[in-house]
Amino acid sequence: MSLWEYANPKKFMETAARLLPVLAVLAAGALVTGLVWGFFFTPDDYKQGATVKILFIHVPAAMMAVNAWGMMLVASLIWLIRRHHVSALAAKAAAPIGMTFTLIALITGAFWGQPMWGTWWEWDPRLTSFLILFLFYLGYVALWEAVENPDTAADLTGLLCIVGSVFAGLSRYAVKFWNQGLHQDSTIMKVGEKDPLDVAYYVPLLICIAGFVLLFVALVLLRTVTEIRVRRLAVLQARERLA
Amino acid sequence: MMPELGKYAGAVLSSYGVTLGLLAGLVALSVWRYGRVKRALTEAEKRAGR
Amino acid sequence: MIALLIRDLRLAMRAGGGFGLGLAFFLLVAVLVPLGVGPEGRVLAVIAPGILWVGALLACLLSLDRIFALDYEDGSLDLLATAPIPLEGVVAVKSLAHWLVTGLPLTLAAPVLAVLLHLPGAGFGWLVASLLLGTPALSVIGTFGAALTVGVKRGGLLLSLLVLPLYVPTLIFGAEVVKRGAAGMAVEVPLLLLGGITLGAAALLPFASALALRINLR
Repeated sequence: MSLWEYANPKKFMETAARLLPVLAVLAAGALVTGLVWGFFFTPDDYKQGATVKILFIHVPAAMMAVNAWGMMLVASLIWLIRRHHVSALAAKAAAPIGMTFTLIALITGAFWGQPMWGTWWEWDPRLTSFLILFLFYLGYVALWEAVENPDTAADLTGLLCIVGSVFAGLSRYAVKFWNQGLHQDSTIMKVGEKDPLDVAYYVPLLICIAGFVLLFVALVLLRTVTEIRVRRLAVLQARERLA
Repeated sequence: MMPELGKYAGAVLSSYGVTLGLLAGLVALSVWRYGRVKRALTEAEKRAGR
Repeated sequence: MIALLIRDLRLAMRAGGGFGLGLAFFLLVAVLVPLGVGPEGRVLAVIAPGILWVGALLACLLSLDRIFALDYEDGSLDLLATAPIPLEGVVAVKSLAHWLVTGLPLTLAAPVLAVLLHLPGAGFGWLVASLLLGTPALSVIGTFGAALTVGVKRGGLLLSLLVLPLYVPTLIFGAEVVKRGAAGMAVEVPLLLLGGITLGAAALLPFASALALRINLR
């Protein structure tokens, strides 16, 4: 039993079919619990007031926006090195999800920034990096749409993903250099240090993060299965035309 | 039941609203396409199996 | 390879090759921005480094789709791919040719346009230096984008969408050099980073571009 067995589309489809309902229920459960807890049962922050409730969507969305790109990078590398079609299709399936998460992080950030910093948008390094990340997602999705041959499209987008990752990292660094920011540092990892995230926010935030992760995995599986079927359908239709 | 959001009600509510809207849209789109493709494939396989 | 370079340069110089197009576009940007922003010298002096760099970047973008498109259509790209010289070399030469007909003229024309935009005197040297150091990266990165989209019909817009995010680091460091130079501050750090990006891109990206071409020619 090895991980590579899941590169077989049939095996992947069977496993996905078994996992999907479980994951969907878990994702929905975690999201509902975390968001309801975060929205209704957390105290206001003494500085930020009720806006702190935005934390529970802003932080998980931002985390998963970056992690989704990381997953696409790994999947692209697997495709380019080992030529497993499922891997390429998983990368394709993940891109719109990552793009949506990036958009959510940007929009909730704007709603949060408006009362806190007095502006919808600030050319802060973190905000700017996310805007650039959004552009990378846009280009990646557009390239998938534009190339007709599926294998060529998978190769080209995989290459773009790798080169894009390098440049996204460079941009992150360049943007930091270009402007110091208003955005506060991440407080999740600051347990035991000064100015930590309060315990009252910690638990619902972790549940929300788990919810976003589960939602991402479930959606990637669902969309990958869809992509595999689209391929199969295309083969069948081509055969029909020939017959 | 509704928590006191004070002067930040607009920001918080619209954040939650937009997020839920976007996520619901993404899920609905994915599920809809899943169902459509599945049906089309079953039909094609039936025709091919004949 | 030198023959290929000369051939590419000749093709670009010929009518319809787009040799003057980038320069004309660059001039237009430098003229249109003051018309939009207002003629006040102080404001223009502040935004001049950014405008000049963005203008150069867009002018570079304009001719990218010509790098491979014509060769792809008439089949000479297939010949080049099977030629005894490595495809990576072909790609590097193509980037060099693109830089010689766009990046270099833009660099030389930039000081003239900087006068129009009231760039402070101390910035002129750094403007030329940063463009000289940064525009090769624009050509090399652009070649990669052109190689990715060579098989796509009407890929011009897609090419811009793919290439512009990749231009971000170069733009930031390039404009930063001019900004700091014009303000009389130290420029070593952004200048070195800009040079680092150019060297890194020139060393590694031709391999990625050649790979993309091979995929597209398959």
